Amino acid sequence: MTVQPGTTGAPLAPAASVRTSGISVVRSEPGGWRGRISSVLYMLALAIATFIFIFPLVWLVSASLKTRSTVYNNELFAFPLQLENYVRVFEIAPVASWLFNSVIVALLAAGTVTLSSALVAFAFAYFRFPFRGPLFGLVLASMMLPGAVTMIPNFLIWNALGQVNTLTPLWAGNLFASAFYIFLLRQFFLGLPRELFEAARVDGASYLRMWWSIAMPLTRAALIVVFVFELKASWTDILKPLIFLRDTALFTLPLGLKTLVDRFNPTAGGQGEFQYVMAASVIITVPMIAVFFLAQRYFVEGIATTGSKG
Amino acid sequence: MTVPRASASSGRRWRVPVGETFWAFMFLLPWIIGFVVFTAGPMLYSLYISFTDYNVIRPPDLVGLENYETLFNDRRIPRALGNTAFYAALNVPLTMIFSLVLAMILLRVGRAAGFFRTAFYLPTVTPAVAVGTLFLLILSGNGLLNQALSVIGIRGPIWLADPDYVKQGIVIMSLWTLGSTVIIYFAALRNVPTELYEAARIDGANSWQQFRNITVPFISGALFFTLIVNTIASLQIFAEVFTMFFGLTQSGPAQSSALFYVIYLFQRAFEDLDLGYASAMAWLLFVIILIITAIQIRFSRRFVYYEGGR
Repeated sequence: MTVQPGTTGAPLAPAASVRTSGISVVRSEPGGWRGRISSVLYMLALAIATFIFIFPLVWLVSASLKTRSTVYNNELFAFPLQLENYVRVFEIAPVASWLFNSVIVALLAAGTVTLSSALVAFAFAYFRFPFRGPLFGLVLASMMLPGAVTMIPNFLIWNALGQVNTLTPLWAGNLFASAFYIFLLRQFFLGLPRELFEAARVDGASYLRMWWSIAMPLTRAALIVVFVFELKASWTDILKPLIFLRDTALFTLPLGLKTLVDRFNPTAGGQGEFQYVMAASVIITVPMIAVFFLAQRYFVEGIATTGSKG
Repeated sequence: MTVPRASASSGRRWRVPVGETFWAFMFLLPWIIGFVVFTAGPMLYSLYISFTDYNVIRPPDLVGLENYETLFNDRRIPRALGNTAFYAALNVPLTMIFSLVLAMILLRVGRAAGFFRTAFYLPTVTPAVAVGTLFLLILSGNGLLNQALSVIGIRGPIWLADPDYVKQGIVIMSLWTLGSTVIIYFAALRNVPTELYEAARIDGANSWQQFRNITVPFISGALFFTLIVNTIASLQIFAEVFTMFFGLTQSGPAQSSALFYVIYLFQRAFEDLDLGYASAMAWLLFVIILIITAIQIRFSRRFVYYEGGR
């Protein structure tokens, strides 16, 4: 495994402690009207960018409240608002089942991958054992593997186990940990003082206990990062459902939404009731936005850590 | 990757307790099983299948190099590769440039940065299928984008149907979700010690020189991480485009110009059940990704060394 952006930058950035929080004061031109004008310009640029990023989401909601004939027009709000689209969409398709399946799969996927990856990461961080270096190298190498390569054999495995057209293949692979999360969590476990565990050992604690009662609580933030990342990945995924699911009632939301697109997208020969597609799109998006606002700190922390330690 | 500090320095001091190796491997078990069953095994098996004719129903039938020969005669392969390369070549640099500009402005607005960062990140939690449906609206003939373009006097193309503009439209859609790259750059930029800029200013360095000789070297780790990750992801683009143009009802004119590699791979594997050929396609992709990543790492080493050697 040779991707080492973290280390390539390292010799130049020895002092992680030089965290500069009061940056703005130093960075902008030292006082005066020039400084003030440039900070106004910066704010203006960011405001425009914010508009570009947020407005499509507003548009998503707006389109979901329109009628068949107004959904393609460019009014922000076409009155009267068609709130009944949200009722209708549950009637024309088993959206409730899809929602339920998505929730179950996402929770199982996130829960299992967090626990299994934490177990393995703890082994790499704490234990000393033969072949530790090469084995960890394998973990890193498997991060590079494109999903497209293992996609077909994975299908064949679950097919041989008779699990095609069940929800199992959507999450059960997560029982076996994931390379990226092992890597992420190992970093955090390495940050724990070793003395903590040696003291516990003297008191006769088992390894499992050290992992569960000492290491896990102390890395709670990192565990939440992994959990919300996988929650999002699972909630968003359409490839696995496409490969494994056949019965409409078993679909998760992304695949269900795709069938609605096929049914209602007029440019692809559908029936042109695109407002229902938009309502379903809102239904699939809102839970993720809610999770994001609840766990925003963890999302941001997780991504920033990935980027700098990656 | 960061050197395992704790173990490297303190490893010798601790006596290996009896049974540590045994327990280490117990902890590793989930990953070992997963690696054998879901990674290494599948890779070897998919290599084997790529030399066979296989459709799940009948057992694999060895056909030697036939699938690989077909790869070079299949006219859809160069088309899919060309589309994918075009998309990646446009999407990756634009993502990096826009993200860096936004992150650098964010650095200059102090506390307000948190709010804007949230706004930029929000689109990335939108599920890919919903992004696809949303952009079916936004990119439509008289949709939001063309409406906005007409304000500044540009007559926008038919993004969803004109073969010359389909991929550009898809790039625009992808740029909407560049928020995580912004977060990575912002985190990296915050670690650049401000004293360096002050010193440079005193020495009379202009803004460009400061950017070139301080900012870029310091965040080179983050730059190359995002280069590699975004490239690998772009080469495997699937969900949004599949939602928009493929599936049960396929929109005609966009078929050829929106045929990306993993989409064609998916069609061959799971729509035509030509698993041998699809496995050969997967291996071709794997080799291409390996080569591109290797080149990028090569390039990054030289680049960083050059900067460091100054």
